[in-house]
Amino acid sequence: MSGVLVFGELTDGHLSGTTAELIALGKQLGESVAVALFGGNMAGAADEAAAYGADRVHLVEDPLLVDGQKDAIIAAFDSLCREVSPDIVLIGKTPLGLDVGPRLAFRLHAGLAQDCVSLEMRDGKLVATRSVYGGNALATVGFPEQGPRIAIVRGKVYEPLAPDASQTAEIVKFEPKLDSSVIKAKTVQVVKRESQGVRLDDADVVVSGGRGLGGPDPFAQLQELASLLKGAVGASRAACDAGWLDHSYQVGLTGKTVTPNLYIAVGISGASQHMAGCSGAKNIVAINKDENANIFKEARYGVVGDWKGVLSSFIETVRELTKS
Amino acid sequence: MTSSGAQLKILVCVKQVIDPETPLSAFKIDPGTKRVAPAAGVPPVVNGFDENAVEAALRLKDSVGAEVTVLSMSDSFAMDVMKKPLSMGADALVLAQDSQFRDLDPFASAYVLAAAIRKLDGFDLILCGRQASDWDNAQVPTGIAEMLGLPLVTVAQKLDLASGGIVVERALPDGYEVVEAPLPALVTVSNELGEPRYPTLRGIMAAGKKTPTTFSASDLEVDPARLAPRMHLLDLAVPPRDSKCEFISGENEADTGRQLALRLREAKLI
Ligand SMILES: Cc1cc2nc3c(=O)[nH]c(=O)nc-3n(C[C@H](O)[C@H](O)[C@H](O)COP(=O)(O)OP(=O)(O)OC[C@H]3O[C@@H](n4cnc5c(N)ncnc54)[C@H](O)[C@@H]3O)c2cc1C
Ligand SMILES: Nc1ncnc2c1ncn2[C@@H]1O[C@H](COP(=O)(O)O)[C@@H](O)[C@H]1O
Repeated sequence: MSGVLVFGELTDGHLSGTTAELIALGKQLGESVAVALFGGNMAGAADEAAAYGADRVHLVEDPLLVDGQKDAIIAAFDSLCREVSPDIVLIGKTPLGLDVGPRLAFRLHAGLAQDCVSLEMRDGKLVATRSVYGGNALATVGFPEQGPRIAIVRGKVYEPLAPDASQTAEIVKFEPKLDSSVIKAKTVQVVKRESQGVRLDDADVVVSGGRGLGGPDPFAQLQELASLLKGAVGASRAACDAGWLDHSYQVGLTGKTVTPNLYIAVGISGASQHMAGCSGAKNIVAINKDENANIFKEARYGVVGDWKGVLSSFIETVRELTKS
Repeated sequence: MTSSGAQLKILVCVKQVIDPETPLSAFKIDPGTKRVAPAAGVPPVVNGFDENAVEAALRLKDSVGAEVTVLSMSDSFAMDVMKKPLSMGADALVLAQDSQFRDLDPFASAYVLAAAIRKLDGFDLILCGRQASDWDNAQVPTGIAEMLGLPLVTVAQKLDLASGGIVVERALPDGYEVVEAPLPALVTVSNELGEPRYPTLRGIMAAGKKTPTTFSASDLEVDPARLAPRMHLLDLAVPPRDSKCEFISGENEADTGRQLALRLREAKLI
């Protein structure tokens, strides 16, 4: 086979949003798009992949894949890639994808572009644009002739296609026959932090605070504002590193990518590594006492001032306006 | 701790990078060479996550005893920068330095570092940063692990030794997972581990007296053909930022807050 192979992931038993985005991207790049799914009981997810536009689904099955060990998934995907020789491999910038991409590239001696914000064909060749230097620069890169072209793609850059349940895909089973020695590092426990209220990842409004808040207490006010706007609270890495909030609130290059309609940044300087996680927001509002702060270069609305004087009346007015 | 019962030997891979806190106004790209031009007067730094990796090694040294060696590869080094891990408490510094080691891509970097690690030999644990803040590749540690056939755990926020192996808390976007691996293993460390310690005066004095071990390309028997970049860099550019910020102000700060809300209402954003 040639064409595009998407590394498929699930969330809560369903095809992940990222995987649907990659299928849509794959349709722009290649003649056919296949999705690989790992483990058992994948029929539902395979239907979802078809609905989102996949032409083929590889159901990768092996006893070692049942409990989702990463090393086994990587070995299985490696073996599938050798079997089907895809031209292009698309992987999401997820905790799993970030490990799968490089492991595959080293094993297959293939080219890899990390953190891609755009992929396109130029004269029949794949060209990737990727964020480097924390988002301070964009690198445009081409791939070697040999081996599959592997791209790790940033989330929420591409839109999934509208799902159509009447579409079907060719379903191909693949059994990699893994040896248990492939599992060298083993996950023995997963500890999830339950977020309350609106999930930061999908919130339509995000209210974020940074080092400028000076401590953990002002985040209660941000939470109040977020609740009024039915949104979620986020934070800069500086605020999380200071221990004011857990790292699950971190927005940015090494935190979460959010694409709300409204992103309100309070006491955040707007370092490129932070903006990498929120520059997809449609409207950024910044409150910062430094008129030269970088955040104002990307904001739609700005207030130059001390949040201590501005925030309470802002929240009170929002409360009045959103009543009823 | 090791199979032989000797002291734990830890290697930390540390990269010298352009300071990521360089003000945006000073961040310049030389279009001819397609390289980032270091800003005048801003010295390079040890990659931030690599300082976290050094901290992780030193915590193990504090708790169970360990010998900590730092390894870095480049064509040139700012020695006072590279000595920082020593002044934090690391025991030895090894520099793989050669004019051929300029701007290597992750595949070539992993190849050279793996060659140096083979030559040094005998490590129980190799620690790296989760990614280097220049090219944000997050690939070199994977390459080293693949070439040396080591178990790999990425994005660690906590590391503990257990019988014959290591137990790692790996940071996830909404929590963490606990991963176990036998030694020797390679672990990449993230900032969730906690702040790296500051060098002490004693540490700085001790570091000043230490001479790094240096390896050239020929010491490492490096095949020059394997240093060529795998990807083609077509362009490197600063993304355009079209500032279109509408500044809101009022009679006083409280009024400004009120005006902001009214403006967002008008724009149908709230
Ligand atoms: C490889 C790498 C990855 C990174 N990943 C991330 C990431 O994922 N997310 C992230 O956020 N960062 C990340 N960073 C860190 C990033 O570079 C910045 O250091 C960080 O975002 C700064 O956070 P901040 O804006 O809260 O703090 P600062 O930069 O210190 O800014 C604080 C701001 O608050 C303003 N302020 C102070 N007091 C007040 C007041 N009373 N009222 C109003 N304004 C006030 C100041 O003017 C200033 O602009 C990363 C860095 C590296 C090197
Ligand atoms: N030239 C180098 N010298 C030493 N360590 C390096 C070098 N390049 C990368 N590393 C290590 O690999 C990690 C990830 O780098 P990268 O894959 O370039 O993002 C870094 O945080 C370092 O620990």
